[in-house]
Amino acid sequence: MASVDIIDAAKSFGAVRVIKGVNIPIGDGEFVILVGPSGCGKSTLLRMIAGLEEISEGQIRIGSRVVNDVPPKERDIAMVFQNYALYPHMTVADNMAFSLKLKQAPKSEITAKVDRAAQILGLGPLLQRYPRQLSGGQRQRVAMGRAIVRDPQVFLFDEPLSNLDAKLRVQMRTEIKELHQRLKTTTIYVTHDQIEAMTMADRIVVMHDGIVEQMGVPLDLYDRPANLFVAGFIGSPAMNMIKGSIRNSSFETEKGNHLPLGNAPAASEGRRAIYGVRPEHIHLAGDGIPAEVVVVEPTGAETQVIVKAGGDELTCVFRERITAKPGETIRIAPELKVVHLFDADDGRRLSA
Amino acid sequence: MTSVAESLGKTSVQPGPIARLFDWKPFLIVICLLPAVGLLTVFLTYPLGLGVWLSFTDTKIGRDGFFVGLENFASLARDPIFWLSVFNTIVYTALATVLKFGLGLWLALLLNEYMPFKALIRAIVLVPWIVPTVLSAMAFWWIYDPQFSIISYFFKDVVPIREQNFDFLGEPWPARLSLIAANVWRGIPFVAISLLAGLQTISPSLYEAAMLDGATGWQRFRYVTVPMLMPVLAVVLTFSVIFTFTDFQLVYAITRGGPNNATHLMATLAFQRGIPGGQLGEGAAIAVAMIPFLVAATLISYFGLARRKWQQGESND
Amino acid sequence: MTDAVQQVAAKPARTGVISWHSTPRRVATIYLPLACFVVVLLFPFYWMTITTLKPNHELYNYKDYNPFFVHSPTLVNVKKLLFDTEYPQWLFTTMSIAIAATVLSIFASVLAAYAIQRLRFRGSQWVGLAIYLAYLVPPSILFIPLATMVFKLGLYDSPFALILTYPTFLIPFCTWLLIGYFKSIPYELEECAMIDGATRLQILRKITLPLAVPGLISAGIFAFTLSWNEFIYALAFIQSSEKKTVPVAVLTQLVQGDDYQWGALMAGALFGSIPVALFYSFFVDYYVSSLTGAVKE
Ligand SMILES: Nc1ncnc2c1ncn2[C@@H]1O[C@H](COP(=O)(O)OP(=O)(O)O)[C@@H](O)[C@H]1O
Ligand SMILES: [Mg+2]
Repeated sequence: MASVDIIDAAKSFGAVRVIKGVNIPIGDGEFVILVGPSGCGKSTLLRMIAGLEEISEGQIRIGSRVVNDVPPKERDIAMVFQNYALYPHMTVADNMAFSLKLKQAPKSEITAKVDRAAQILGLGPLLQRYPRQLSGGQRQRVAMGRAIVRDPQVFLFDEPLSNLDAKLRVQMRTEIKELHQRLKTTTIYVTHDQIEAMTMADRIVVMHDGIVEQMGVPLDLYDRPANLFVAGFIGSPAMNMIKGSIRNSSFETEKGNHLPLGNAPAASEGRRAIYGVRPEHIHLAGDGIPAEVVVVEPTGAETQVIVKAGGDELTCVFRERITAKPGETIRIAPELKVVHLFDADDGRRLSA
Repeated sequence: MTSVAESLGKTSVQPGPIARLFDWKPFLIVICLLPAVGLLTVFLTYPLGLGVWLSFTDTKIGRDGFFVGLENFASLARDPIFWLSVFNTIVYTALATVLKFGLGLWLALLLNEYMPFKALIRAIVLVPWIVPTVLSAMAFWWIYDPQFSIISYFFKDVVPIREQNFDFLGEPWPARLSLIAANVWRGIPFVAISLLAGLQTISPSLYEAAMLDGATGWQRFRYVTVPMLMPVLAVVLTFSVIFTFTDFQLVYAITRGGPNNATHLMATLAFQRGIPGGQLGEGAAIAVAMIPFLVAATLISYFGLARRKWQQGESND
Repeated sequence: MTDAVQQVAAKPARTGVISWHSTPRRVATIYLPLACFVVVLLFPFYWMTITTLKPNHELYNYKDYNPFFVHSPTLVNVKKLLFDTEYPQWLFTTMSIAIAATVLSIFASVLAAYAIQRLRFRGSQWVGLAIYLAYLVPPSILFIPLATMVFKLGLYDSPFALILTYPTFLIPFCTWLLIGYFKSIPYELEECAMIDGATRLQILRKITLPLAVPGLISAGIFAFTLSWNEFIYALAFIQSSEKKTVPVAVLTQLVQGDDYQWGALMAGALFGSIPVALFYSFFVDYYVSSLTGAVKE
């Protein structure tokens, strides 16, 4: 096992700069998830760590070794691809044994390691099958088995669950997490799905357009997003954001309405800002702001309501069942402790 | 620190220098391209240039030639047989191509219908194309026999609409048309099977959509089938034109250019002058004279293709 | 015919395709023209076979014997071909040359296709395009300069003249076919193998080639057929009868003088076609896929 350090790493394809200089320290045994919208460069960064893409600038270290010029096979990493990349002409057992055979490991060692991995993943009965005879979830497990057998310093996953159906995805999420807790191997995991990131990661790295927007433990990102991008990306449904400015310790929207603020940041009177409040942090309140119901979407456990308050549309999620019909007016109030304020110009977080 | 030691221990088999060299991409690329590029350079590119050079010399078999400038071309320009062969080649290519594509498209459309034993019929249809051309040409030679032609027999004795035998190969135009017929016979399968492959890539839902839009059968063919088939058609057309234009075997086997040089194509004339005639320089000049036509055909179909890139869906990487 | 029609009529709705055409109309617009095509396309082979099997008196007497059928079949012509000519030798020569040229071409093409499609270097598309253009250079404009080269290299009248020149049209074809097959193999498989510790040559041997086996078979049988059928080089570069390939030998050795022995000639044509036809019947699907694959590239 090893730490991974990404230092000022950048990558250009021709003239296009896809990774624009990122710094990510990853501790030994950590489970780090790179998350971001598709096309933001997550896969590219992962492939740079794996050695499948050259590093244009900066450094990547695995352990204390700079691996910029080390070919993939000598980096001692294992990777699970989105389409699993199982060798179609080899059985499950041969797929898992392939890397060991290339290393000319003794037969007994190969069998022992393959059996152990098969046992961990419950692949025992499938060892003699070919990939095309497996279901999606089983293929996914074989791909992980192939990685486990290597006993590498670092596991790399590139959207490993996106080819699975929703139910299986939840189940595999747990399995991968358990596997990590058992093996304690440093893991770097790429996904565009923020829920996957929130549920699995020790630490999340939010990427956007080739840069790191924020790094931190999942709940930190949720509680204290560093900027508008992270605020909008983490959490579902997405945070409501309203433009306006700070006036007399409250927030005046562009349309002239007033929203309450818990504690306005110091020396910010008159500052143009963006008011952010998560849907789940808006509650029904008898003395709240009047809002006209636009759409009601009950999911059973909770009710999502889109309302119009003072010209701005807000998404709210209530634990209560709402009986209001579209067109009716309800009264709502944001939870003041968890209201976020962002700078209107650079999107940076304002509230302390 | 321990992790480094561990990692070094684990990358057990350090490859030797030769294995390393073979894993070095630039070296590997050169090694991989060497056999193909080498063979093609020596036996294709070089002779292509050599052919052009020979056409400017008076090389004969067994004797190196001297540079004679445009003399070969000048004498060809005065040579009515050469011009006849150019005329024949153009007529042969034009007529054969039109017929091959007309009939080939028809056959492809027929084969695209649902029917029993489709695979078998498709397999049978390809047979004329896989059998050595000279050998089927010999069968045609026999079918075109002046005395015992089975076609003559058929039209004289089975459906008596003629009094006399056809003289297939004895007169210039009948001989040309007979050769074209043999060429069309041999070319239809290739065209039909290629176009069939193109037809099969057209999604049935397009036809269904067109049908719901009120298109008639002809309109569906005109506005769905034809445009979707264009890319394949362009490629097949290039190949077909090039190989018909430079055809040699059929004519060599059936008429040897006769009667009285009336059916010589440029390729057969080049052979006749170059190999049995020994005039390599002159033969090369005739062959070189084909190149402009071929380049034109390739460019036309290439630009035809380039214009229609959108039809391939995915962008080419 | 009526039987077939009734059968078709008995089960109208087939696999969801609604047929708007009535059965008689289908027969007239589809089956009849198709039958004509098949008859015309196959007739020369039928005629070849019939002629081979006819005794001479029958062959040239259309008055007493209907020429469309054999009345008293004989194997005289076949026997003459097999035992009185060098046909077995030609067969052997053709086979050897075709196999050698095929092996050489496949070897070169696999490596070239791998370099172009999988090793991806700057300019690889241009190399690919150049090889494609090489396919468009027809033998008819190459045989004269090649003949002078063959003389100079001392290869005239030697099978090596053919083994070395056939790859000029085999390599471009096979390379394009294999590029198409390689393209269909996901890159991730090779990347994964690379991480697993394979060298590039190991990847070629253990991953790419096993997955491209259908492509290799297609390219192989196609190259074999093209070599077997080649005519102009074999005609120009080979002189001795025993070194000729079947298509050339049948035309040049069996036609002597003006008195054509049609029975013997057709026997030659038939027996020159049968090996490829047999070969073809075993591998029909590969032929079709390589033909269409090459066109689509
Ligand atoms: N080989 C390549 N050549 C050129 N551009 C590339 C290449 N690979 C990826 N890109 C570009 O880099 C950007 C990031 O891609 P990627 O890392 O795959 O994004 P993600 O995995 O976050 O969806 C994309 O805009 C993509 O088009
Ligand atoms: Mg990606």
